[in-house]
Amino acid sequence: MSFAEYGDTIKDGDTAIVFLGHESMFPVKVQHGTVTQTKYGVIRHSTDLIGKKYGSKVTCSKGGWVFILHPTPELWTMNLPHRTQILYSTDISIITMMLELKPGSIVCESGTGSGSLSHALIRTVAPTGHLYTVEFHQQRAEKAREEFREHGVEHLVTVTNQDVCKNGFGVSNIADAVFLDIPSPWEAIGHAKSALKAEGGRICSFSPCIEQVQRTCLAMEEYGFTEINTLEILLRVYNVRTISLQIPDLGQAAEDNSSTGFDSSNPSNQGSLGTSLQQGTVQFKSGVPLREMVGHTGYLTFATKS
Amino acid sequence: RKIIFEKQWFYLDNAIGHTYGTTFEVTSGGNLQPKQEVEESTTETKEAGTDNRNIVDDGKSQKLTHDDIKALKDKGIKGQEIVQQLIENSTTFRDKTEFAQDKYIKKKKKKYEAVITIVKPSTRILSTMYYAREPGKINHLRYDTLAQMLTLGNIRAGNKMIVMETCAGLVLGAVMERMGGYGSIIQMYPGGGPVRAATSCFGFPKPFFDNLHEFPLSKVDSLLSGTFSTETLPSEPEDNVLAEEESNGLTDEKQISLQETEEESTTETAMEINQTEEQDTMDINVEDAVCKENKEKENKDNVREKQRKQWERRKKLIETAALLTEKNADGLIVASKFHPTPLLLSLLEFVAPSRPFVVYCQYKEPLLDCYTKLRERGGVINLKLSETWLRNYQVLPDRSHPKLTMSGGGGYLLSGITVVLDKGKPDSSHLEALKMEEPSSKRCKVQDLHC
Repeated sequence: MSFAEYGDTIKDGDTAIVFLGHESMFPVKVQHGTVTQTKYGVIRHSTDLIGKKYGSKVTCSKGGWVFILHPTPELWTMNLPHRTQILYSTDISIITMMLELKPGSIVCESGTGSGSLSHALIRTVAPTGHLYTVEFHQQRAEKAREEFREHGVEHLVTVTNQDVCKNGFGVSNIADAVFLDIPSPWEAIGHAKSALKAEGGRICSFSPCIEQVQRTCLAMEEYGFTEINTLEILLRVYNVRTISLQIPDLGQAAEDNSSTGFDSSNPSNQGSLGTSLQQGTVQFKSGVPLREMVGHTGYLTFATKS
Repeated sequence: RKIIFEKQWFYLDNAIGHTYGTTFEVTSGGNLQPKQEVEESTTETKEAGTDNRNIVDDGKSQKLTHDDIKALKDKGIKGQEIVQQLIENSTTFRDKTEFAQDKYIKKKKKKYEAVITIVKPSTRILSTMYYAREPGKINHLRYDTLAQMLTLGNIRAGNKMIVMETCAGLVLGAVMERMGGYGSIIQMYPGGGPVRAATSCFGFPKPFFDNLHEFPLSKVDSLLSGTFSTETLPSEPEDNVLAEEESNGLTDEKQISLQETEEESTTETAMEINQTEEQDTMDINVEDAVCKENKEKENKDNVREKQRKQWERRKKLIETAALLTEKNADGLIVASKFHPTPLLLSLLEFVAPSRPFVVYCQYKEPLLDCYTKLRERGGVINLKLSETWLRNYQVLPDRSHPKLTMSGGGGYLLSGITVVLDKGKPDSSHLEALKMEEPSSKRCKVQDLHC
């Protein structure tokens, strides 16, 4: 297993994702002789996990079962231990595309935080690219290093423990892209510019507040960045439900058969969309928005150095 | 070569040798001239009003007439100077607020100062461009939705991906960019051949195409049922005949060869250059007797060339079929104009367990159906139906606000992760689902309650 490469079978030392159902899951570090408790019972790593295929169904001691999944940056994002507020896959995906990242890209990032974005960046730039990530909080930097080592991607990333606003990224003229997720990104724009390649590159700054965006945009303009563009992306998730609506009784039911009468007047109502099961109701499938959704994560400001 | 863009025509010759991101001005002759950063000269008159209470729209604020402006343009005067003239001849300009002046200048500059920036192709540029210019060709797949697909699909170097798209090759190109030439891609195509108009815009180096395979969608069923191999496994034509005689009866053989020729002629239609060539040879074939000797010779060469190409194609087809039958693909990406359910149910067979898949559809309803059918089939978890909204912002001092909301038009995604199928259960439930609609919808209700 590696976060940058698929493997078939589960091995000692792997990080695997235990999927319990209903979007509930957690990561485990696979180790000989270790056991993991779930609400469906115990999983014994030596016998239940090691040597099995990723994607297998594992029966736990109480007869319940779980699926064991190969780790991906997206699954990791949903399961990682939070040390800070993290970026989720929706924002990560647009950042990756707008920064034009691909295998071989050199990326600078600050701060590392919980490493949610870092894993996605490493995945995309592997096997020939590199991530230089700067975290001013010493323990977080240390923890991130440890995780990268555990996940088999340490050769693709360099973690530096310093203040990016004061000391920059520790590299110059080598990056294809820079990402900033810090409280005062405008103080790091100059360092970002010098980290980017002489022939140019892309930059992105993530800020929750519009005032931060304002100052960042001004700084970007001042440093000669072009194509400055601010956007926001929102994810809407739908639950798939079969819904049945009752047909109101308007007094005609006594004369003709109401359910068949409705069906024949509604040819589009057949097939997968819906069928009337009981008398007086219509069933259909619907994608129902969640009752609550994430309304705002942050503004993403992109620009080009050319 | 002459190129027309936004009502301007020009030659690209002068742009060679400049770095990407260089901005050019179009001159009257259609030549491009690199433009440097210009100092804002118009800001010298810092006179401005505070509100518009005294500004009346009488249609007479601009003292220059249409003809005057046209005359200026015909004289070949720089756009910048025309804008300056327009400002000087506007009676209300000084009364406008500073912001309104800014807006006025920007609007006029857009119209009179034709500048073009030449940039390097990338998924970002091309997907934005396609969505703005030809959304119909890419099934209204908005660029942020494409970005989601690439991430949800865990697209990266070294993967073995299956891609089924009718988005002019844009999705394929995006996947190729993210894989950087490492790993392999199998493109499933409908009809005669894969469409890669957008893919060619990326300007990928040749090695990227070495591990790009294609496979006709119409052969998927036979591949899954195992009847595919008897048709096309032998690569030599003689072997082909022999093998077929051994394994099949005479009638079968006839049918197969018919099928094959049919398929091959359709393949040809996709390659425009080849098409005419082949039609020629076919016509000649019919009127063989009438043809002259030298023509016949030419014809023979053509036929041989054609046969060689056919063998090559068949060889590739067999290779691709072998790749598919390993059933260990690292992911599946679907973005087409077809109904997604049958595509998913068949193509997922080729994907290894614990791998992501993503289906795009312009409409939500087919994905609802697909969701239900996948639940019945089993072998998938973490199914998620989603959509993204994208909001662009204008950020200027004291004038920051959202630009436009793009909703609905970006399409929907159904994503999930494959797992090992339960033995015994899948086939029966799959058939059941096809046969009877009613019990299945009841069952879903129960499943829905669970999640």
